[in-house]
Amino acid sequence: MDTLRFITCGSVDDGKSTLIGRLLYETKLIFEDQLEALQADSKKFGTQGERLDFALLVDGLQAEREQGITIDVAYRFFATPNRRFVVADTPGHEQYTRNMATGASTAQAAILLIDARKGVLTQTKRHSRIVSMLGIRHVALAVNKMDLVGWSEAIFDEIELVYRRFAHDLGFATITAIPLSALEGHNIVDPGHSAMPWYEGATLLVWLETVPTEQHERARPFTLPVQWVNRPNLDFRGFSGRIAGGWVKSGDSVRISPSGVASTVKRIVVSGRFQGVATAGQSITLVLGDEVDASRGDVIATAAHPIECADQFEAELLWMSEHALLPGRPYAALIHSKSASVTITHIKHRLDINSGARLAARTLGLNEIAAVNVSFDRSVPFAPYTENKRLGAFIVIDKLTNETVGAGLIRFALRRAANVHWQPLEVTKVARANMKLQEARCLWFTGLSGSGKSTIANLLEKRLHADGKHTYVLDGDNVRHGLNRDLGFTEADRVENIRRVAEVAKLLVDAGLIVIVAFISPFRAERQLARGLFDDGEFIEVFVDTPLEECERRDTKGLYAQARGGELKNFTGIDSNYEPPTAPEFHLRTVDMTPEACADEILRQLNEPRVIEFE
Amino acid sequence: MDDTTFSDLESESIEIMREVTATAAKPVMLYSIGKDSSVMLRLAQKAFYPGPIPFPLMHIDTGWKFREMIAFRDRTARETGFELITYTNPRGAAEGIGPITHGSAYHTDVMKTEALKQALDSHGFDVAFGGARRDEEKSRAKERIFSFRAPGHRWEPKAQRPELWNLYNTRINAGETIRVFPLSNWTEADIWQYIRLENIPIVPLYFAAKRPVVKRFGQWILVDDHRLPLEPGEKPEMRMVRFRTLGCYPLTAGIESSATTLDEIVAETLGATTSERQGRIIDHDGAGSMERKKQEGYF
Repeated sequence: MDTLRFITCGSVDDGKSTLIGRLLYETKLIFEDQLEALQADSKKFGTQGERLDFALLVDGLQAEREQGITIDVAYRFFATPNRRFVVADTPGHEQYTRNMATGASTAQAAILLIDARKGVLTQTKRHSRIVSMLGIRHVALAVNKMDLVGWSEAIFDEIELVYRRFAHDLGFATITAIPLSALEGHNIVDPGHSAMPWYEGATLLVWLETVPTEQHERARPFTLPVQWVNRPNLDFRGFSGRIAGGWVKSGDSVRISPSGVASTVKRIVVSGRFQGVATAGQSITLVLGDEVDASRGDVIATAAHPIECADQFEAELLWMSEHALLPGRPYAALIHSKSASVTITHIKHRLDINSGARLAARTLGLNEIAAVNVSFDRSVPFAPYTENKRLGAFIVIDKLTNETVGAGLIRFALRRAANVHWQPLEVTKVARANMKLQEARCLWFTGLSGSGKSTIANLLEKRLHADGKHTYVLDGDNVRHGLNRDLGFTEADRVENIRRVAEVAKLLVDAGLIVIVAFISPFRAERQLARGLFDDGEFIEVFVDTPLEECERRDTKGLYAQARGGELKNFTGIDSNYEPPTAPEFHLRTVDMTPEACADEILRQLNEPRVIEFE
Repeated sequence: MDDTTFSDLESESIEIMREVTATAAKPVMLYSIGKDSSVMLRLAQKAFYPGPIPFPLMHIDTGWKFREMIAFRDRTARETGFELITYTNPRGAAEGIGPITHGSAYHTDVMKTEALKQALDSHGFDVAFGGARRDEEKSRAKERIFSFRAPGHRWEPKAQRPELWNLYNTRINAGETIRVFPLSNWTEADIWQYIRLENIPIVPLYFAAKRPVVKRFGQWILVDDHRLPLEPGEKPEMRMVRFRTLGCYPLTAGIESSATTLDEIVAETLGATTSERQGRIIDHDGAGSMERKKQEGYF
């Protein structure tokens, strides 16, 4: 028997929970003791007078029952003799859209509820776009509360027409409009002929039993993302994962991405037994014929159709955090089994959820959808989402809080990396530095405005210069007059500010210089990004630690006074956050040390002979 | 119900277990001896075949489990060869806390919730598998498969991480933990049919037999041993009873049944008119009691 996973969605008070409660009730999935509890609850919280309030069967959280709304997605199960159903009842409130997307991501069909009195609303459109974006192809337009509009055929026809016009470009394979009353039970399980003789189509249950379920991409070439390497002893090594497409049998030729190494399938473990064949959707373990290397995040595929790899993509992105997306900031990501670090390099446009219009955007807020360019820090095997959901979907995670903040769908790879070949240069960074009798370094000064970064940096450069070293100082204020003159002080601009200066510092280090960067650089994530650009030991973080009160007392540029007076916005330490380093190479507490002593301290350690290990 | 249904359910559960194994620092599987734990154990064996299960199983022993359950637990551990950890709250044991003397709510709080938190903390487990299913109870229906717990093991139902596709965010900071439910999308009927299909051993109490019982609050309570003090005038009678769910004794009531084979149990389950948790006294402690217990760290 096959299983249909579907969601119910729509605006608040359209009656989603009531509909599911009714479905469970009429397919005899409500037990007697649950019915007793429902009767008691209906009296206590119910909104249906003396009648049973079916919504209370589904709204399981106390906060939901008290407020009479759905906050999070609830999964319910029922079955008819023909099919098994998993229904995700998703919240209608805009602020809980991410929970709605959670339910929709694994669904094969959607019931979009509409209140016959209200017609197509903003939230109907929002949900339709998310349903479409996540690749659901079959939609039932359930026009509910027909009892409250006198079972009017004209009203039903009008709503259907409006919706079909709106959904024209959303790519649904089928849209089935059904007039119903969840409260009275018309056209859910029992036909509603008595009230709506003009409707001759299917009931909702008949639609659910017959809507095509998506077969696990069996027709496609075989692909298996490696989830885990099973190596219990020296005699066995298998690659475990869930087949993302196609099927595989013993003896098949396969190729591993990204390494490109070829092998053959020797044995297959399915359901705890060695078997000859396995198909899409099954969790298996593959034993290959050769001693080849593959690890978590690699993809094993049919040799004739090896899987593509890339590190730059155009993708659709749903932002799910109250904290805005910051282009340029490194986030963690997971695509199939591959963990990576990603940055959104460009927001191409944001989608207006109502009109579908493309709008310009520099950041994304909660529940916003955009087309973006995304850059992975490594090459990942992938397929476009429309071809294979398992190989084209990724989540974005905040590195500090570990919250899941975004959901991405790969459209296609940007061929940047492939087109712009790296020129292998024979004059290397080391060669350039050697000629200057030095080792190239990036000394990254971070600290509050007025903490003494520039003062110490300039002193240090003078000492180094006197020693015959080749140096350069990148100063926050100076760079903002030139390279970064187009940037302001919003969070997004600060991130871009640091990204650019980090890239410049990297070029200068590559030229063999000792670069001193003196930037407030308030966010850990960006300093981490900067560090990631350099080789081990090359990046030296210097925390100029001066308490805010002290900086404010000095106020050499008069900026704190302006910030306190409200003339300067987004000023670090006042109305913008500073995240101190957790493990800087140098921690200079300027309250106890003069700038000269600070510079000396750095110089002394830089000049210390390095321990040379014998190999 | 045929093979494809179980292939999907099985594959999803196996994928979840492997994901934890690939990403967690120190995972553990909570083993409650019941039918769901038995299924979870079988799935774990399959997930890591031909290797052994790469994490220990842990039983939180309230001291009030049926005797047959403890015997079954020890036999299963011996025959299957998994590493078994048992834990009892020392404070509760020292104070002699039990459901009869202290009430079901307090007993559950100390001997299950508090004990579980102590056990997870003392072993430093960062991820714990549980056998809960979404069809069991309303607040469970709302829970993610990877259920993130704040320091102190608190569940915050209003701030659950989005969980899209099969992409599970397993990243946590120090002090945070994750509860993982590989059987989230199984139903009670699925569990029984799978047990029949796979011939999975289960505690004999699930099968109907003549057992000594007394009737309390309209439910049949098993007189397992001297731990159940009889009320004045109460006399155990022999009845054909079995258990749909096995929790703490005497917090779990039996049902009258003649089902002595798996086929008969499946037939009875599919035709049941009451939910399995009806026999669980704990759920009746008050509306939303499960959600409240979960917020405090209960499984």
